[in-house]
Amino acid sequence: MVVRHVILRSLSKMLIPLIMLFALYVQFHGDYGPGGGFQAGVIFGAGIILYSLIFGLPKAKMVFRPRVLQYLMAFGVFLYGSVGLAAILKGGNFLDYSHLAHDPVHGQHLGILLVELGVGITVASVMATIFFLFTERRRREDV
Amino acid sequence: MIDIIHVILFVFLAAIGVAIIRLRDLFAAVMLAGIFSLLSATLFTVMDAVDVAFTEAAVGAGISTLLMLATLSLTSSEEKPAVNRRQAMIGLVVVTITGAALIYGTLDMPRYGDPDAPIHHHMAPRFIEDSPEEIGIPNEVTSILASYRGYDTWGETTVILAAAIGVMLLFAAPPVSRRREDELFTPGEGTG
Repeated sequence: MVVRHVILRSLSKMLIPLIMLFALYVQFHGDYGPGGGFQAGVIFGAGIILYSLIFGLPKAKMVFRPRVLQYLMAFGVFLYGSVGLAAILKGGNFLDYSHLAHDPVHGQHLGILLVELGVGITVASVMATIFFLFTERRRREDV
Repeated sequence: MIDIIHVILFVFLAAIGVAIIRLRDLFAAVMLAGIFSLLSATLFTVMDAVDVAFTEAAVGAGISTLLMLATLSLTSSEEKPAVNRRQAMIGLVVVTITGAALIYGTLDMPRYGDPDAPIHHHMAPRFIEDSPEEIGIPNEVTSILASYRGYDTWGETTVILAAAIGVMLLFAAPPVSRRREDELFTPGEGTG
């Protein structure tokens, strides 16, 4: 695994940063073009999965710790809900972003940005976690 | 011209669907399902639904193919032959009737691209006219998904989290083969 696949390894070393950069672009450019938190999260998760396919599960787990991923996937939903509660505290309805800033349109921009970030974080860490669990299961059964 | 592209893509989709049914090798079936998703994404792009196409390409062709392959590595990559012909015939009849009912249901639907379709007269004009002032971002799909339909997206995110928790709970138990060995070695103690 480590010695073989030289071409795959060196190619994915170049590709994985680009995939993750593209995921961030999709995440923060969702207001202007196609895409958004869900697609960005899936692409980022695919980057993590590619890393673990090429460099092996133990190394991938050292970079993306399963424990941290578990916190992150709850944090995404938490961030989404917090934006909704913040809108209530500012005097609006749940998830009514217009009240988040003095200018309603600015409030909408801020709310959408944070909410999409929450979706992206949750989706990316959920995809990586599910793949890790499947792969780990096979390793345990092989023993 | 666009009609020719539509017809070609739909013919490809149907051909791949038939191929997936006929294949016994599940590995090839999963790869074909990925190609099916990619073709659907192309079809959505031709129909100007870029956001849907993007999601289909990323989720259908990307992640779900990977997860199916991971599942195959846990189970078997070969489909078991059908149990008996009679059961297969019942299945075929049920599928044919359901398919015919679905096609009958589409007869009442407005034609593709019909400007008089109800969906273009209910909420869509309001979103198109008011979202530039109310939300102020160029991509209306994002303003609908994240702001007007914020509750739905909140629910979807929670569903994804719940899916991950479900998989974690399922896989928390040791594999079945291992558990049987444990039971053999420690017959007195209960297993979790």
